[in-house]
Amino acid sequence: MFEASSLNRKNLRNERLVKASLGLMTGLLILPVVLILSTLLYKGGPVISFEFLFASPTNGMTAGGIFPALLGTILLVLVALIASVPLGVAAAIYLSEYAPDNWFTRAINLAIINLAGVPSIVHALFGVGAFVIFFKFGTSILAASLTLAIMTLPVVIVATRESLQAVPQAFREACWNMGATRWQTIRRVVLPNAITGILTGVILEVSRTSGETAPIMFTGAAFFLPLLPQGVLDQTMALSLHLFVVSTQVPDMPEELPYGVALVLISIVLIMNSLSIALRMYLRGRKKW
Amino acid sequence: MTKEKVPARQDFDQLNRDWFIDKAVQVLVFLGGISAIVFIIGIFVFISREGLGFIFEDFSFTEFFGSPNWRPTSESNPTYGILALVAGTASVTGLAMLVAIPFSLGAAIYIAEFASGKKREFLKVTVELLAAIPSVVWGFIGLAIMNPIIIQTFNVPVGLNVLNAGVILGLMAAPIMTSIAEDALKAVPDRYREAAEAMGATRWQVIYKVVLPAAKNGLLGAVLLGVGRGFGETMAVLMATGHSINIPTSVFDSVRALTATIAAELGETAVGSPHYEALFTIGIFLFVITFIINLSADLIVRGVRKG
Repeated sequence: MFEASSLNRKNLRNERLVKASLGLMTGLLILPVVLILSTLLYKGGPVISFEFLFASPTNGMTAGGIFPALLGTILLVLVALIASVPLGVAAAIYLSEYAPDNWFTRAINLAIINLAGVPSIVHALFGVGAFVIFFKFGTSILAASLTLAIMTLPVVIVATRESLQAVPQAFREACWNMGATRWQTIRRVVLPNAITGILTGVILEVSRTSGETAPIMFTGAAFFLPLLPQGVLDQTMALSLHLFVVSTQVPDMPEELPYGVALVLISIVLIMNSLSIALRMYLRGRKKW
Repeated sequence: MTKEKVPARQDFDQLNRDWFIDKAVQVLVFLGGISAIVFIIGIFVFISREGLGFIFEDFSFTEFFGSPNWRPTSESNPTYGILALVAGTASVTGLAMLVAIPFSLGAAIYIAEFASGKKREFLKVTVELLAAIPSVVWGFIGLAIMNPIIIQTFNVPVGLNVLNAGVILGLMAAPIMTSIAEDALKAVPDRYREAAEAMGATRWQVIYKVVLPAAKNGLLGAVLLGVGRGFGETMAVLMATGHSINIPTSVFDSVRALTATIAAELGETAVGSPHYEALFTIGIFLFVITFIINLSADLIVRGVRKG
Protein backbone atom coordinates (compact mmCIF):
# COMPACT_ATOMS: atom_id res chain seq x y z
CA MET A 1 0.00 0.00 0.00
CA PHE A 2 2.44 2.62 1.21
CA GLU A 3 5.48 1.24 -0.51
CA ALA A 4 8.64 3.27 0.03
CA SER A 5 9.72 4.98 -3.15
CA SER A 6 13.37 4.89 -4.18
CA LEU A 7 13.69 8.50 -3.01
CA ASN A 8 12.34 7.55 0.44
CA ARG A 9 14.78 4.69 0.63
CA LYS A 10 17.68 6.91 -0.40
CA ASN A 11 16.74 9.49 2.21
CA LEU A 12 16.43 6.83 4.87
CA ARG A 13 19.78 5.34 3.95
CA ASN A 14 21.38 8.79 4.09
CA GLU A 15 19.83 9.41 7.46
CA ARG A 16 21.17 6.17 8.92
CA LEU A 17 24.59 6.95 7.49
CA VAL A 18 24.63 10.45 8.97
CA LYS A 19 23.42 9.25 12.34
CA ALA A 20 26.05 6.53 12.45
CA SER A 21 28.89 8.83 11.46
CA LEU A 22 27.88 11.57 13.92
CA GLY A 23 27.64 8.93 16.65
CA LEU A 24 31.09 7.72 15.66
CA MET A 25 32.46 11.28 15.90
CA THR A 26 31.01 11.63 19.39
CA GLY A 27 32.64 8.36 20.32
CA LEU A 28 35.97 9.43 18.86
CA LEU A 29 35.80 12.60 20.92
CA ILE A 30 35.28 10.70 24.15
CA LEU A 31 37.28 7.51 23.54
CA PRO A 32 40.83 8.96 23.52
CA VAL A 33 40.17 10.71 26.80
CA VAL A 34 38.80 7.53 28.36
CA LEU A 35 41.93 5.69 27.18
CA ILE A 36 44.15 8.42 28.60
CA LEU A 37 42.35 8.37 31.94
CA SER A 38 42.66 4.58 32.10
CA THR A 39 46.39 4.90 31.45
CA LEU A 40 46.67 7.41 34.29
CA LEU A 41 44.76 5.04 36.55
CA TYR A 42 46.79 2.02 35.45
CA LYS A 43 50.18 3.65 35.91
CA GLY A 44 49.36 6.01 38.76
CA GLY A 45 47.15 3.69 40.79
CA PRO A 46 49.98 1.58 42.26
CA VAL A 47 51.84 4.73 43.37
CA ILE A 48 49.01 5.92 45.57
CA SER A 49 49.19 4.85 49.16
CA PHE A 50 48.55 6.31 52.57
CA GLU A 51 52.20 7.29 52.75
CA PHE A 52 52.13 8.93 49.31
CA LEU A 53 49.25 11.18 50.38
CA PHE A 54 50.50 12.03 53.87
CA ALA A 55 54.29 12.22 53.62
CA SER A 56 56.57 14.99 52.42
CA PRO A 57 58.65 14.66 49.25
CA THR A 58 62.16 13.38 49.90
CA ASN A 59 65.30 12.85 47.89
CA GLY A 60 64.96 15.97 45.73
CA MET A 61 61.26 15.14 45.21
CA THR A 62 62.06 11.81 43.53
CA ALA A 63 60.60 9.87 46.45
CA GLY A 64 58.22 10.32 49.33
CA GLY A 65 54.75 11.81 49.21
CA ILE A 66 52.79 14.87 48.21
CA PHE A 67 51.33 16.06 51.52
CA PRO A 68 52.62 19.69 51.40
CA ALA A 69 51.26 20.08 47.87
CA LEU A 70 47.90 18.56 48.79
CA LEU A 71 47.59 20.78 51.86
CA GLY A 72 48.66 23.82 49.83
CA THR A 73 45.98 23.22 47.22
CA ILE A 74 43.34 22.92 49.95
CA LEU A 75 44.51 26.20 51.54
CA LEU A 76 44.59 28.03 48.21
CA VAL A 77 41.08 26.84 47.36
CA LEU A 78 39.69 27.76 50.81
CA VAL A 79 41.07 31.30 50.79
CA ALA A 80 39.92 31.76 47.18
CA LEU A 81 36.40 30.63 48.15
CA ILE A 82 36.26 33.02 51.11
CA ALA A 83 37.05 35.87 48.73
CA SER A 84 34.98 34.93 45.71
CA VAL A 85 31.78 33.34 47.04
CA PRO A 86 30.36 36.42 48.86
CA LEU A 87 31.34 38.66 45.96
CA GLY A 88 30.01 36.29 43.32
CA VAL A 89 26.71 35.76 45.16
CA ALA A 90 26.28 39.54 45.59
CA ALA A 91 26.95 40.07 41.90
CA ALA A 92 24.46 37.35 40.97
CA ILE A 93 21.80 38.83 43.29
CA TYR A 94 22.29 42.20 41.64
CA LEU A 95 22.08 40.75 38.13
CA SER A 96 19.08 38.55 38.84
CA GLU A 97 17.03 40.72 41.22
CA TYR A 98 17.95 44.35 40.65
CA ALA A 99 19.65 44.94 37.31
CA PRO A 100 17.55 46.74 34.70
CA ASP A 101 17.76 45.51 31.11
CA ASN A 102 20.04 48.18 29.71
CA TRP A 103 23.49 48.74 28.23
CA PHE A 104 25.14 48.83 31.64
CA THR A 105 23.90 45.36 32.56
CA ARG A 106 25.06 44.17 29.16
CA ALA A 107 28.49 45.61 29.92
CA ILE A 108 28.58 43.68 33.22
CA ASN A 109 27.65 40.46 31.43
CA LEU A 110 30.31 41.09 28.84
CA ALA A 111 32.87 41.70 31.59
CA ILE A 112 31.91 38.38 33.20
CA ILE A 113 32.36 36.54 29.89
CA ASN A 114 35.70 38.25 29.39
CA LEU A 115 36.87 37.51 32.91
CA ALA A 116 36.28 33.83 32.13
CA GLY A 117 37.95 34.16 28.74
CA VAL A 118 41.14 36.04 29.65
CA PRO A 119 44.09 33.60 29.40
CA SER A 120 45.15 32.17 32.75
CA ILE A 121 48.68 33.50 32.28
CA VAL A 122 47.30 37.03 31.91
CA HIS A 123 45.50 36.53 35.23
CA ALA A 124 48.90 35.52 36.59
CA LEU A 125 50.47 38.75 35.30
CA PHE A 126 47.62 40.69 36.90
CA GLY A 127 48.19 38.85 40.18
CA VAL A 128 51.87 39.76 40.09
CA GLY A 129 51.24 43.39 39.16
CA ALA A 130 48.35 43.96 41.57
CA PHE A 131 48.64 41.68 44.60
CA VAL A 132 52.34 40.79 44.75
CA ILE A 133 53.77 44.21 43.87
CA PHE A 134 51.14 46.95 44.25
CA PHE A 135 49.36 45.71 47.38
CA LYS A 136 52.66 44.31 48.70
CA PHE A 137 51.33 40.88 49.67
CA GLY A 138 54.49 39.39 48.19
CA THR A 139 54.41 35.90 46.72
CA SER A 140 51.98 34.42 49.20
CA ILE A 141 48.90 32.24 49.59
CA LEU A 142 46.87 35.45 49.86
CA ALA A 143 48.09 36.82 46.51
CA ALA A 144 47.69 33.46 44.74
CA SER A 145 44.22 32.85 46.18
CA LEU A 146 42.97 36.32 45.26
CA THR A 147 44.23 35.78 41.71
CA LEU A 148 42.39 32.45 41.59
CA ALA A 149 39.29 34.04 43.13
CA ILE A 150 39.05 36.68 40.42
CA MET A 151 39.70 34.13 37.71
CA THR A 152 36.94 31.78 38.88
CA LEU A 153 34.46 34.50 39.92
CA PRO A 154 32.40 33.96 36.72
CA VAL A 155 31.76 30.32 37.74
CA VAL A 156 30.05 31.41 40.97
CA ILE A 157 28.21 34.31 39.37
CA VAL A 158 26.80 32.28 36.49
CA ALA A 159 25.70 29.31 38.65
CA THR A 160 24.14 31.55 41.31
CA ARG A 161 22.35 33.75 38.81
CA GLU A 162 20.90 30.67 37.13
CA SER A 163 19.57 29.22 40.37
CA LEU A 164 18.14 32.60 41.46
CA GLN A 165 16.37 32.99 38.15
CA ALA A 166 14.94 29.48 38.48
CA VAL A 167 12.90 30.66 41.50
CA PRO A 168 9.45 31.48 40.08
CA GLN A 169 8.52 35.16 39.91
CA ALA A 170 5.20 34.33 41.65
CA PHE A 171 7.12 33.52 44.87
CA ARG A 172 8.54 37.05 44.91
CA GLU A 173 5.24 38.69 44.06
CA ALA A 174 3.45 36.83 46.84
CA CYS A 175 6.08 38.04 49.29
CA TRP A 176 5.93 41.66 48.09
CA ASN A 177 2.18 41.62 48.49
CA MET A 178 2.63 40.80 52.17
CA GLY A 179 4.50 44.10 52.50
CA ALA A 180 8.03 42.69 52.52
CA THR A 181 10.87 44.79 51.19
CA ARG A 182 13.01 43.63 48.32
CA TRP A 183 15.80 42.42 50.58
CA GLN A 184 13.40 40.62 52.94
CA THR A 185 12.00 38.82 49.91
CA ILE A 186 15.43 37.85 48.69
CA ARG A 187 16.63 36.73 52.11
CA ARG A 188 13.52 34.83 53.22
CA VAL A 189 12.16 33.49 49.92
CA VAL A 190 14.55 33.65 46.99
CA LEU A 191 17.85 32.61 48.61
CA PRO A 192 16.46 29.63 50.61
CA ASN A 193 14.95 28.29 47.40
CA ALA A 194 18.18 28.77 45.46
CA ILE A 195 20.76 27.72 48.04
CA THR A 196 21.43 24.22 46.67
CA GLY A 197 21.88 25.64 43.20
CA ILE A 198 24.42 28.09 44.59
CA LEU A 199 26.18 25.16 46.25
CA THR A 200 26.59 23.42 42.88
CA GLY A 201 28.36 26.53 41.65
CA VAL A 202 30.65 26.64 44.68
CA ILE A 203 31.63 22.98 44.27
CA LEU A 204 32.28 23.61 40.59
CA GLU A 205 34.55 26.46 41.58
CA VAL A 206 36.48 24.19 43.94
CA SER A 207 37.00 21.84 41.02
CA ARG A 208 38.19 24.63 38.71
CA THR A 209 40.40 26.32 41.30
CA SER A 210 42.23 23.19 42.41
CA GLY A 211 43.42 22.42 38.89
CA GLU A 212 44.72 25.86 37.89
CA THR A 213 48.47 26.18 37.56
CA ALA A 214 49.54 29.26 35.62
CA PRO A 215 47.83 31.84 37.89
CA ILE A 216 49.60 30.59 41.01
CA MET A 217 53.07 30.01 39.51
CA PHE A 218 54.35 33.50 40.22
CA THR A 219 51.91 34.70 42.84
CA GLY A 220 52.35 32.25 45.69
CA ALA A 221 53.07 28.66 44.76
CA ALA A 222 56.63 27.41 45.09
CA PHE A 223 58.41 24.49 43.42
CA PHE A 224 59.57 23.08 46.73
CA LEU A 225 59.37 24.18 50.35
CA PRO A 226 60.88 22.31 53.27
CA LEU A 227 58.28 23.65 55.71
CA LEU A 228 54.50 23.82 55.69
CA PRO A 229 52.99 27.34 55.38
CA GLN A 230 52.32 29.05 58.72
CA GLY A 231 49.93 31.75 57.52
CA VAL A 232 48.36 33.34 54.47
CA LEU A 233 51.44 35.48 53.81
CA ASP A 234 53.66 32.39 53.37
CA GLN A 235 54.29 30.67 50.09
CA THR A 236 52.98 27.17 49.61
CA MET A 237 53.39 24.16 47.38
CA ALA A 238 50.39 23.19 45.24
CA LEU A 239 49.35 19.94 43.61
CA SER A 240 48.95 21.36 40.09
CA LEU A 241 52.33 23.08 40.12
CA HIS A 242 53.85 19.99 41.74
CA LEU A 243 52.73 17.93 38.73
CA PHE A 244 54.42 20.43 36.42
CA VAL A 245 57.60 20.36 38.51
CA VAL A 246 57.92 16.59 38.87
CA SER A 247 57.18 15.98 35.20
CA THR A 248 59.48 18.63 33.71
CA GLN A 249 61.93 20.14 36.18
CA VAL A 250 63.38 17.27 38.19
CA PRO A 251 66.12 15.05 36.75
CA ASP A 252 66.15 11.31 37.50
CA MET A 253 62.45 11.23 38.28
CA PRO A 254 61.06 7.70 38.58
CA GLU A 255 58.58 7.23 35.76
CA GLU A 256 55.50 6.37 37.85
CA LEU A 257 55.62 9.18 40.40
CA PRO A 258 54.23 11.95 38.15
CA TYR A 259 51.40 9.57 37.16
CA GLY A 260 50.50 9.29 40.82
CA VAL A 261 50.44 13.08 41.23
CA ALA A 262 48.37 13.48 38.06
CA LEU A 263 45.94 10.83 39.26
CA VAL A 264 45.41 12.53 42.64
CA LEU A 265 44.89 15.93 40.99
CA ILE A 266 42.47 14.68 38.38
CA SER A 267 40.56 12.65 40.99
CA ILE A 268 40.00 15.77 43.10
CA VAL A 269 38.85 17.75 40.07
CA LEU A 270 36.57 15.08 38.63
CA ILE A 271 35.06 14.01 41.97
CA MET A 272 34.19 17.62 42.81
CA ASN A 273 32.75 18.11 39.34
CA SER A 274 30.68 14.94 39.49
CA LEU A 275 29.39 15.96 42.91
CA SER A 276 28.23 19.27 41.45
CA ILE A 277 26.53 17.55 38.51
CA ALA A 278 24.87 14.96 40.76
CA LEU A 279 23.55 17.69 43.06
CA ARG A 280 22.19 19.57 40.06
CA MET A 281 20.38 16.47 38.79
CA TYR A 282 18.98 15.67 42.22
CA LEU A 283 17.65 19.23 42.41
CA ARG A 284 16.06 19.03 39.00
CA GLY A 285 14.27 15.83 39.97
CA ARG A 286 13.05 17.22 43.29
CA LYS A 287 11.77 20.59 42.16
CA LYS A 288 8.28 21.26 43.55
CA TRP A 289 7.20 23.91 41.12
CA MET B 1 21.47 54.10 81.87
CA THR B 2 19.57 51.03 83.01
CA LYS B 3 18.63 48.16 80.88
CA GLU B 4 14.92 48.95 80.91
CA LYS B 5 15.57 52.23 79.17
CA VAL B 6 16.88 50.58 76.05
CA PRO B 7 14.07 50.98 73.55
CA ALA B 8 12.28 47.80 72.57
CA ARG B 9 12.42 46.63 69.04
CA GLN B 10 8.92 47.74 68.11
CA ASP B 11 9.71 51.29 69.23
CA PHE B 12 11.72 51.75 66.07
CA ASP B 13 9.84 52.75 63.02
CA GLN B 14 9.88 49.25 61.57
CA LEU B 15 9.18 50.31 58.02
CA ASN B 16 11.80 52.98 58.09
CA ARG B 17 14.54 50.70 59.36
CA ASP B 18 13.77 47.95 56.86
CA TRP B 19 13.70 50.53 54.14
CA PHE B 20 17.16 51.62 55.20
CA ILE B 21 18.52 48.05 55.24
CA ASP B 22 16.95 47.49 51.86
CA LYS B 23 18.77 50.49 50.40
CA ALA B 24 22.06 49.44 52.01
CA VAL B 25 21.76 45.95 50.52
CA GLN B 26 20.96 47.44 47.16
CA VAL B 27 24.19 49.43 47.25
CA LEU B 28 26.18 46.37 48.42
CA VAL B 29 24.96 44.02 45.70
CA PHE B 30 25.45 46.77 43.14
CA LEU B 31 29.09 46.93 44.20
CA GLY B 32 29.24 43.15 43.73
CA GLY B 33 27.58 43.55 40.35
CA ILE B 34 30.11 46.01 39.03
CA SER B 35 33.05 44.00 40.42
CA ALA B 36 33.43 42.11 37.14
CA ILE B 37 33.84 45.40 35.25
CA VAL B 38 36.24 46.69 37.92
CA PHE B 39 38.37 43.54 37.62
CA ILE B 40 38.50 43.64 33.82
CA ILE B 41 39.63 47.26 33.93
CA GLY B 42 41.95 46.39 36.83
CA ILE B 43 43.60 43.60 34.84
CA PHE B 44 44.24 45.96 31.97
CA VAL B 45 45.54 48.74 34.23
CA PHE B 46 47.87 46.56 36.28
CA ILE B 47 49.45 44.66 33.41
CA SER B 48 49.85 47.97 31.55
CA ARG B 49 51.47 49.53 34.62
CA GLU B 50 54.17 46.87 34.51
CA GLY B 51 54.44 46.72 30.72
CA LEU B 52 54.29 50.38 29.70
CA GLY B 53 57.92 51.05 30.65
CA PHE B 54 58.93 48.70 27.85
CA ILE B 55 56.54 50.20 25.32
CA PHE B 56 57.92 53.70 25.93
CA GLU B 57 61.61 52.78 26.05
CA ASP B 58 62.79 49.65 24.26
CA PHE B 59 59.71 49.02 22.16
CA SER B 60 59.87 49.15 18.38
CA PHE B 61 56.67 48.20 16.62
CA THR B 62 58.40 46.63 13.64
CA GLU B 63 60.80 44.64 15.79
CA PHE B 64 58.13 43.46 18.24
CA PHE B 65 55.68 42.21 15.62
CA GLY B 66 58.04 41.74 12.67
CA SER B 67 61.10 40.01 14.02
CA PRO B 68 61.24 36.28 14.70
CA ASN B 69 64.12 36.78 17.14
CA TRP B 70 63.13 36.55 20.77
CA ARG B 71 66.48 36.98 22.55
CA PRO B 72 65.71 38.97 25.68
CA THR B 73 68.68 37.57 27.61
CA SER B 74 71.35 38.47 25.06
CA GLU B 75 73.91 40.71 26.80
CA SER B 76 75.14 42.68 23.82
CA ASN B 77 72.03 43.04 21.71
CA PRO B 78 68.75 41.85 23.21
CA THR B 79 65.93 41.57 20.67
CA TYR B 80 62.24 41.33 21.45
CA GLY B 81 60.50 39.94 18.36
CA ILE B 82 57.38 37.89 18.93
CA LEU B 83 56.76 36.82 15.33
CA ALA B 84 57.98 33.26 15.94
CA LEU B 85 55.95 33.06 19.14
CA VAL B 86 52.84 34.26 17.30
CA ALA B 87 53.54 31.65 14.61
CA GLY B 88 53.88 29.01 17.34
CA THR B 89 50.60 29.96 18.97
CA ALA B 90 48.82 30.24 15.61
CA SER B 91 50.06 26.89 14.29
CA VAL B 92 49.11 25.02 17.45
CA THR B 93 45.72 26.74 17.74
CA GLY B 94 45.07 26.21 14.01
CA LEU B 95 45.77 22.49 14.20
CA ALA B 96 43.73 22.24 17.40
CA MET B 97 40.76 23.79 15.61
CA LEU B 98 41.16 21.37 12.67
CA VAL B 99 40.78 18.58 15.22
CA ALA B 100 38.17 20.18 17.44
CA ILE B 101 35.73 21.90 15.05
CA PRO B 102 34.48 18.87 13.06
CA PHE B 103 34.37 16.57 16.06
CA SER B 104 32.73 19.00 18.44
CA LEU B 105 30.11 20.13 15.91
CA GLY B 106 29.44 16.51 14.95
CA ALA B 107 29.11 15.52 18.59
CA ALA B 108 26.91 18.53 19.34
CA ILE B 109 24.52 17.64 16.49
CA TYR B 110 24.44 14.02 17.63
CA ILE B 111 23.76 14.90 21.27
CA ALA B 112 21.21 17.62 20.54
CA GLU B 113 19.32 16.06 17.65
CA PHE B 114 19.78 12.28 17.60
CA ALA B 115 20.49 11.06 21.12
CA SER B 116 17.63 11.03 23.59
CA GLY B 117 16.78 10.15 27.18
CA LYS B 118 19.44 8.41 29.27
CA LYS B 119 21.98 8.31 26.43
CA ARG B 120 21.75 12.04 25.89
CA GLU B 121 22.09 12.74 29.61
CA PHE B 122 25.11 10.43 29.83
CA LEU B 123 26.86 12.04 26.86
CA LYS B 124 26.22 15.54 28.20
CA VAL B 125 27.66 14.68 31.62
CA THR B 126 30.68 12.99 30.04
CA VAL B 127 31.40 16.01 27.85
CA GLU B 128 31.07 18.28 30.88
CA LEU B 129 33.54 16.16 32.85
CA LEU B 130 36.01 16.09 29.96
CA ALA B 131 35.92 19.90 29.92
CA ALA B 132 36.99 19.92 33.57
CA ILE B 133 40.34 18.16 33.14
CA PRO B 134 42.99 20.73 34.20
CA SER B 135 45.43 22.00 31.60
CA VAL B 136 48.50 20.88 33.55
CA VAL B 137 47.17 17.30 33.37
CA TRP B 138 46.75 17.70 29.59
CA GLY B 139 50.34 18.94 29.44
CA PHE B 140 51.47 15.90 31.35
CA ILE B 141 49.51 13.66 28.97
CA GLY B 142 51.27 15.33 26.03
CA LEU B 143 54.61 14.83 27.69
CA ALA B 144 54.24 11.31 29.02
CA ILE B 145 51.74 9.61 26.71
CA MET B 146 51.56 11.45 23.35
CA ASN B 147 55.29 12.07 23.09
CA PRO B 148 56.39 8.39 22.79
CA ILE B 149 53.38 7.59 20.61
CA ILE B 150 54.35 10.30 18.09
CA ILE B 151 58.02 9.27 18.11
CA GLN B 152 57.10 5.64 17.38
CA THR B 153 54.33 6.23 14.86
CA PHE B 154 56.02 8.82 12.68
CA ASN B 155 59.62 7.85 13.35
CA VAL B 156 60.69 11.38 14.30
CA PRO B 157 63.35 12.28 16.86
CA VAL B 158 61.19 14.56 19.02
CA GLY B 159 57.53 14.05 19.87
CA LEU B 160 57.01 17.42 21.52
CA ASN B 161 55.87 19.52 18.57
CA VAL B 162 52.99 21.26 16.81
CA LEU B 163 51.25 17.92 16.23
CA ASN B 164 51.37 16.92 19.89
CA ALA B 165 50.23 20.27 21.28
CA GLY B 166 47.63 20.70 18.52
CA VAL B 167 45.99 17.34 19.25
CA ILE B 168 46.13 17.91 23.01
CA LEU B 169 44.66 21.38 22.66
CA GLY B 170 42.01 20.08 20.25
CA LEU B 171 40.92 17.40 22.72
CA MET B 172 40.90 20.05 25.43
CA ALA B 173 38.83 22.63 23.53
CA ALA B 174 36.39 20.17 21.94
CA PRO B 175 34.22 19.45 25.02
CA ILE B 176 33.65 23.16 25.70
CA MET B 177 32.84 23.83 22.06
CA THR B 178 30.51 20.82 22.07
CA SER B 179 28.60 22.17 25.09
CA ILE B 180 28.18 25.65 23.65
CA ALA B 181 27.28 24.36 20.18
CA GLU B 182 24.73 21.98 21.73
CA ASP B 183 23.14 24.89 23.59
CA ALA B 184 22.95 26.82 20.32
CA LEU B 185 21.19 23.91 18.59
CA LYS B 186 18.79 23.48 21.53
CA ALA B 187 17.95 27.20 21.30
CA VAL B 188 16.36 26.64 17.86
CA PRO B 189 12.58 26.48 18.55
CA ASP B 190 10.95 23.08 18.13
CA ARG B 191 8.26 24.54 15.88
CA TYR B 192 10.92 25.03 13.17
CA ARG B 193 11.64 21.30 13.26
CA GLU B 194 7.96 20.37 13.41
CA ALA B 195 7.13 22.54 10.40
CA ALA B 196 9.89 20.92 8.36
CA GLU B 197 8.91 17.43 9.49
CA ALA B 198 5.31 18.12 8.52
CA MET B 199 6.56 18.82 5.00
CA GLY B 200 7.96 15.29 4.91
CA ALA B 201 11.61 16.08 5.57
CA THR B 202 13.77 13.37 7.12
CA ARG B 203 15.61 14.02 10.39
CA TRP B 204 18.85 14.85 8.60
CA GLN B 205 17.11 17.11 6.10
CA VAL B 206 15.54 18.98 9.01
CA ILE B 207 18.92 19.41 10.66
CA TYR B 208 20.78 20.31 7.50
CA LYS B 209 18.23 22.66 5.95
CA VAL B 210 16.54 24.15 9.01
CA VAL B 211 18.32 23.69 12.33
CA LEU B 212 21.91 24.39 11.23
CA PRO B 213 21.09 27.60 9.32
CA ALA B 214 19.00 28.82 12.26
CA ALA B 215 21.77 28.03 14.75
CA LYS B 216 24.68 29.20 12.62
CA ASN B 217 25.54 32.27 14.69
CA GLY B 218 25.55 30.29 17.92
CA LEU B 219 27.78 27.66 16.31
CA LEU B 220 30.15 30.35 15.06
CA GLY B 221 30.24 31.74 18.60
CA ALA B 222 31.16 28.29 19.90
CA VAL B 223 34.02 28.04 17.41
CA LEU B 224 35.28 31.52 18.32
CA LEU B 225 35.27 30.71 22.04
CA GLY B 226 37.21 27.54 21.22
CA VAL B 227 39.78 29.62 19.32
CA GLY B 228 40.02 32.01 22.28
CA ARG B 229 40.58 29.15 24.63
CA GLY B 230 43.27 27.56 22.46
CA PHE B 231 44.97 30.89 22.05
CA GLY B 232 45.15 31.55 25.78
CA GLU B 233 46.01 28.04 26.93
CA THR B 234 49.25 28.03 28.87
CA MET B 235 50.36 24.92 30.74
CA ALA B 236 49.45 22.36 28.08
CA VAL B 237 51.30 24.22 25.31
CA LEU B 238 54.23 24.92 27.61
CA MET B 239 54.69 21.21 28.22
CA ALA B 240 53.74 19.73 24.83
CA THR B 241 55.17 22.08 22.17
CA GLY B 242 58.84 21.42 22.88
CA HIS B 243 59.27 25.09 23.74
CA SER B 244 61.87 26.03 21.14
CA ILE B 245 61.65 29.21 19.09
CA ASN B 246 60.78 28.32 15.54
CA ILE B 247 58.61 29.40 12.67
CA PRO B 248 57.21 25.94 11.95
CA THR B 249 57.40 24.44 8.47
CA SER B 250 55.87 21.07 9.37
CA VAL B 251 53.74 19.66 12.17
CA PHE B 252 56.80 17.86 13.50
CA ASP B 253 58.63 21.12 14.31
CA SER B 254 58.88 22.19 17.90
CA VAL B 255 57.52 25.66 18.54
CA ARG B 256 57.00 28.04 21.40
CA ALA B 257 53.77 29.84 22.24
CA LEU B 258 53.20 33.39 23.52
CA THR B 259 51.57 32.21 26.74
CA ALA B 260 54.22 29.58 27.40
CA THR B 261 56.98 32.17 27.00
CA ILE B 262 55.54 34.25 29.82
CA ALA B 263 55.07 31.18 32.01
CA ALA B 264 58.61 29.96 31.41
CA GLU B 265 60.48 33.25 31.72
CA LEU B 266 58.66 35.46 34.20
CA GLY B 267 60.17 33.65 37.18
CA GLU B 268 63.72 34.31 35.97
CA THR B 269 63.48 38.03 35.26
CA ALA B 270 64.16 40.92 37.61
CA VAL B 271 61.14 43.12 38.37
CA GLY B 272 61.34 46.27 36.21
CA SER B 273 63.94 44.97 33.74
CA PRO B 274 63.20 45.36 30.00
CA HIS B 275 62.76 41.58 29.71
CA TYR B 276 60.21 41.57 32.55
CA GLU B 277 58.36 44.49 31.00
CA ALA B 278 58.45 42.87 27.56
CA LEU B 279 56.69 39.81 29.03
CA PHE B 280 53.96 42.09 30.39
CA THR B 281 53.70 43.67 26.94
CA ILE B 282 53.02 40.21 25.52
CA GLY B 283 50.38 39.95 28.25
CA ILE B 284 48.73 43.18 27.04
CA PHE B 285 48.75 41.78 23.50
CA LEU B 286 47.14 38.51 24.68
CA PHE B 287 44.55 40.42 26.72
CA VAL B 288 43.56 42.62 23.78
CA ILE B 289 43.30 39.71 21.33
CA THR B 290 41.18 37.54 23.66
CA PHE B 291 39.03 40.57 24.50
CA ILE B 292 38.31 41.05 20.80
CA ILE B 293 37.59 37.34 20.29
CA ASN B 294 35.20 37.22 23.26
CA LEU B 295 33.51 40.46 22.25
CA SER B 296 32.88 39.27 18.71
CA ALA B 297 31.64 35.88 19.93
CA ASP B 298 29.21 37.68 22.22
CA LEU B 299 28.01 40.03 19.49
CA ILE B 300 27.51 37.16 17.03
CA VAL B 301 25.57 35.04 19.53
CA ARG B 302 23.45 38.03 20.57
CA GLY B 303 22.68 38.71 16.93
CA VAL B 304 20.93 35.37 16.63
CA ARG B 305 18.88 35.88 19.80
CA LYS B 306 17.41 39.08 18.41
CA GLY B 307 16.62 37.59 15.00
